[in-house]
Amino acid sequence: MTYTTAIFYFFAAILVFAGLRVITARNPVHAALYLVLAFFTAAGLWILLEAEFLAITLVLVYVGAVMVLFLFVVMMLDINLEKMREGFWDYLPLAGIVAVLLVVEMVLILGSRHFGLEVMGAPAPHAADYSNTKELGRVLYTDYVYAFELAAVILLVAIVAAIALTLRHRKDSKFIDPAVQVKVKRNDRLRIVKMQAEKRPGVEGQDSGEAGT
Amino acid sequence: MISLSHYLVLGGILFAIAVLGIFLNRKNVIILLMAIELMLLAVNMNFVAFSHYLGDIHGQIFVFFILTVAAAEAAIGLAILVVLFRSLHTINVDDLDQLKG
Repeated sequence: MTYTTAIFYFFAAILVFAGLRVITARNPVHAALYLVLAFFTAAGLWILLEAEFLAITLVLVYVGAVMVLFLFVVMMLDINLEKMREGFWDYLPLAGIVAVLLVVEMVLILGSRHFGLEVMGAPAPHAADYSNTKELGRVLYTDYVYAFELAAVILLVAIVAAIALTLRHRKDSKFIDPAVQVKVKRNDRLRIVKMQAEKRPGVEGQDSGEAGT
Repeated sequence: MISLSHYLVLGGILFAIAVLGIFLNRKNVIILLMAIELMLLAVNMNFVAFSHYLGDIHGQIFVFFILTVAAAEAAIGLAILVVLFRSLHTINVDDLDQLKG
């Protein structure tokens, strides 16, 4: 068993364990943390597959952004865990049969008979100065530039949608729209009334500035 | 030497775990979203493995786009979840029956 093979089995075992813990953890925070472990291990496996750029992207985007978002939401919500766990194992027989069948079918199809080393062959080694990132960027900005721009639009739509969904206007907010403030004219607020000056009988010596309102 | 089938079987096992998770955690929307992320990871693993063993970079481009769409999906899904919790004070799937479907 070579070093690479040992590393593969080690990472694969961690990945499967983390995946199992994600779906069985009692606390959603633990599930999110195990999912972080799963993503990290998958990134290691992708580096083994010489996809360095995607491995680093996986860690940056998933561990750094998406899972932090998950953790935020999980910690923000006050969930009744006991109620959530009611009947957790009820569907295990059915679900287990389905999952085992899935795995068995996939092993039958994807096993070494069709995708083994003898059939597919080992991948061609790259030159010493081969850069995965450079190659990916070259294809991304030439053949896939239209799809790339569409992906940017999708992200923009996601930003707008996420903000628009969670935005709420508080009833007791003291916020005033600046546009409304700027648009105000003098005549909307102030009314000048013409009237004769009055003299109050009791106050002789005082200034009668307030009498004109 | 590791063959392509190693990675494909690993992806298959991961996908089956995610399906199992959707069956088991059918009440908790957050864990359901996490199981979906796990499924996407399994699919991406297959894409990267095929890309490596066939020497074709285009598979990795697809993973790139899947990552983009998955990030957008997670952001919008969690936003919907927060709005849901704000109005109903629960994320139990059994209580989300306003549409009467």
